[in-house]
Amino acid sequence: MKMNDSREIAATPEAVWAAILDPEVLKQCIPGCESMEGSPEEGFDATVVQKVGPVKAKFSGKVNLEDMNPPNSVKLVGEGKGGAAGFAKGEATVTLAPSDTGTTLTYDVDAKVGGKLAQLGSRVIDGFAKKMADQFFTNFQNVVEGPAEEAAPEPAAEEPAAAEEAPAEKKGFIKRLFS
Amino acid sequence: MPKDSGIGAASKRREDVRFLTGTGNYTDDINVYGQTYVYFLRSDVAHGRINNIDTSAAAAMEGVVGIFTGADFEGIGGLPCGWQVTDRFGEAMQEPAHPVLAQGKVRHVGDPIAAVVAESLQQARDAAEAIEVDIEELPAVVDMKAALEEGSAKVHDDLTSNLCYDWGFVEDNKAAVDEAIKNAAHVTTLELVNNRLVANPMEPRVAVGEYNRSNDESTLYTTSQNPHVIRLLMGAFVLGIPEHKLRVVAPDVGGGFGTKIFHYAEEAFVTFAARKLNRPVKWTASRSEAFMSDAHGRDHVTKIELALDADNNFTALRTETYANMGAYLSTFAPSVPTWLHGTLMAGNYKTPLIYVNVKAVFTNTVPVDAYRGAGRPEATYQLERVVDKAARELGVDPIALRRQNFISEFPYATPVAVEYDTGDYFATMDKLEEIADLAGFEARRKESEAKGMLRGLGVNCYIEACGIAPSNLVGQLGARAGLYDAATVRVNATGSISVMVGAHSHGQGHETAFPQVVADMLGIDESMIEIVHGDSSKIPFGMGTYGSRSLAVCGSAMVKATEKIIKKAKKIASHLLEASEGDIELKDGQFTVAGTDKSVAWGDVTLAAYVPHNYPLEDIEPGLEETAFYDPSNFTYPSGAYCCEVELDPETGRVTIERFAAADDFGNVVNPMIVEGQVHGGIGQGIGQALLENCVYDSEGQLLSASYMDYAMPRAEDVPFYVVDHSCATPCTHNPLGVKGCGEAGAIGSPPSVVNAVIDAIQSSGKKDVTHIDMPLSPQRVWAAMQG
Repeated sequence: MKMNDSREIAATPEAVWAAILDPEVLKQCIPGCESMEGSPEEGFDATVVQKVGPVKAKFSGKVNLEDMNPPNSVKLVGEGKGGAAGFAKGEATVTLAPSDTGTTLTYDVDAKVGGKLAQLGSRVIDGFAKKMADQFFTNFQNVVEGPAEEAAPEPAAEEPAAAEEAPAEKKGFIKRLFS
Repeated sequence: MPKDSGIGAASKRREDVRFLTGTGNYTDDINVYGQTYVYFLRSDVAHGRINNIDTSAAAAMEGVVGIFTGADFEGIGGLPCGWQVTDRFGEAMQEPAHPVLAQGKVRHVGDPIAAVVAESLQQARDAAEAIEVDIEELPAVVDMKAALEEGSAKVHDDLTSNLCYDWGFVEDNKAAVDEAIKNAAHVTTLELVNNRLVANPMEPRVAVGEYNRSNDESTLYTTSQNPHVIRLLMGAFVLGIPEHKLRVVAPDVGGGFGTKIFHYAEEAFVTFAARKLNRPVKWTASRSEAFMSDAHGRDHVTKIELALDADNNFTALRTETYANMGAYLSTFAPSVPTWLHGTLMAGNYKTPLIYVNVKAVFTNTVPVDAYRGAGRPEATYQLERVVDKAARELGVDPIALRRQNFISEFPYATPVAVEYDTGDYFATMDKLEEIADLAGFEARRKESEAKGMLRGLGVNCYIEACGIAPSNLVGQLGARAGLYDAATVRVNATGSISVMVGAHSHGQGHETAFPQVVADMLGIDESMIEIVHGDSSKIPFGMGTYGSRSLAVCGSAMVKATEKIIKKAKKIASHLLEASEGDIELKDGQFTVAGTDKSVAWGDVTLAAYVPHNYPLEDIEPGLEETAFYDPSNFTYPSGAYCCEVELDPETGRVTIERFAAADDFGNVVNPMIVEGQVHGGIGQGIGQALLENCVYDSEGQLLSASYMDYAMPRAEDVPFYVVDHSCATPCTHNPLGVKGCGEAGAIGSPPSVVNAVIDAIQSSGKKDVTHIDMPLSPQRVWAAMQG
């Protein structure tokens, strides 16, 4: 399954780049992410709880960063195993380009699922993946830009744990970066 | 005048009482003291190398009794294949090992990697989640033609390629067929896919293994169509347990459709583990597991060419088929695209020259084997589709073209190795035209068109070879077993009878139909006779139920055994009546001295056999029990003509079946109600294949249609009321009942008529360029074809 889209982010490409490499940011942005540890050089270990169609599972996996070209582009390659639920894997090429308002972030995702996820969820997987990507980049935008004075939309995280944490930390990645 | 008992009577199925009142005894109803449960950890990738399996964390979990992997089956036999095909060049097929649990590699989604045995199913499942499996994913082989390309990944590293065999039939005819096609006045060519199906019996597979340490005996309860075959294969080839220490029981089985013929890993596992653990082990497949572990059906990709002369006589037929074997060879898989398919390519027609080429291919998918019809539906579909296409190309009536080319004299030796003993294809076509009301079609089409709908009419014929099979013939063709069957008729002291048969009944109604035969022969009431089947410790060595063989083969054994009973009973009666044996007549359960009123009743004779106070002990033994084995001298060849009428919504592409008529020749019929039920069920599955069912893999070998959300089974509203007829009977010449198999005919004969009808409907709208759509004819496919 392939997806691509782009977003305008009100921050410099350098700031966006730094955010992408920050496991704490990724943890806040990936819907259902329970843990995210590691470094850009060695890759990140992640745990994500998600429900796809009738299949709910905890995925544990690894995300590696490849073809790093700061602050222009990077490829994120990941695979998550969900036990009896099967697995998901994929890669996303993220490209950053300066724009009038800050940065244009373009992503190109190629994802695959296997096992029970494919058997039971294949009809809903495209919609699910699109929703996940939308949520991720909405969260990412919020974290990088910081809350837009009262109007910031709540990150649509499904997991209560993530939802509780998110507002408290929404101080704005850039501010934290430069404070 | 319909009879009310015996052969020809529509006796109600006695087994239905327990099936319909919830008192059936299925394998999952069997629970043994001390029973444990096994959960199989299955591969979720299609192809991969197993680098490591760490079971240590799982083994320490609560309730876990034992964990097994492929390593535990080192030195133990793999699952055997029961049929060896010899290729075009005289070489044996490539035959890979099929371990009980994966060794080294996983080769399809669902391939079992490890088995966890625990006190409860939940504990087994939880522990399976804790098993760490390190699998290095390998490129999956899914498309058959790509699988045969140079450089393709190999499903089995130790084989030279993914080609199981390249079979030519009849190889000696190839040059003549090529020549005839080159010189033909007209050649019709069709490329088509026979879609992969999942059998989906209502009852998933179940296996319970039990071991008795006191007598070293193993028992396997399993959902099988042929317990003796499983006992032989598993005992002799997998686990090395001699027959006298191994009992296999197939109790009530909720539908098989072929997929329960085969010997499966789970059966061998529970039997093996019960011995190892000294605890009974039970496995019940979930529906998801059934989709990825039951052998699938069909999956052929075919190019067929039909050559005709200037007068529209068929002169030659050439086919090239790619047949998917899946990742391993299931028990009878190699026979399906070859001897059960190539031998049928003459169909009902006197085509003089036929050449069939089949390339069987290994892919990273679930193994494919026999499913209702097995090879014959694939043959019938391509032949009846190409004949229909030829009629359209030539602008002739498709029925007239068929009639012109019908075989009309019997016996008829086809150019593809079989000899049809009887048949009357004109009679069934005449009958079809009558019961389908072909004369009224144009009026019905106008009515549909007035509603904005298209209406189409499709007709096809079929011939099939069933009642398998002559053992000496199939032995030459590569079968590694005989295909006779057996029956023991045990007359009890008071005259009731238990008939132990090798055939298994799982929807065929043997428990009703078989007693009708014996009752008819003896002139006693059907209720005095009971059929015993499914337990290897009770029944003689019979080969089971498949290939529409039960009545033709096992029923014939039962007739032979009953004839022996009658012979001995007449001897006893002659002694009791003090008459000559040759003068004794048996009628209506009475033994009479011919031409006198001296008689003795059935029950008096049977009692004398077991209480031999006044008995010719010097001539014959007491008791009244006889066994017969019957090996047929030929297949039986049921045939018929089917007609489907569809309505098609041109706006949506949705097809509905408005009428369906079937005129079959099954020879003599023992129970017409059961025969009609078999035809109904078969047509239902044929319609399912034609319109709805499709097993889909993605390019990575992931199974996408593994639940009823995605795999469309036919429902009541998808099928019409059928009009069926079996009055055109040409009795089989070589079995004592004159019967032909009826179990698969409906599934063999129905898909082409459905597709022919849809093409007819589309062409009636002027879209003459739509000449074929691959099954299933979903609204999306039909609509897309109509948009060009």
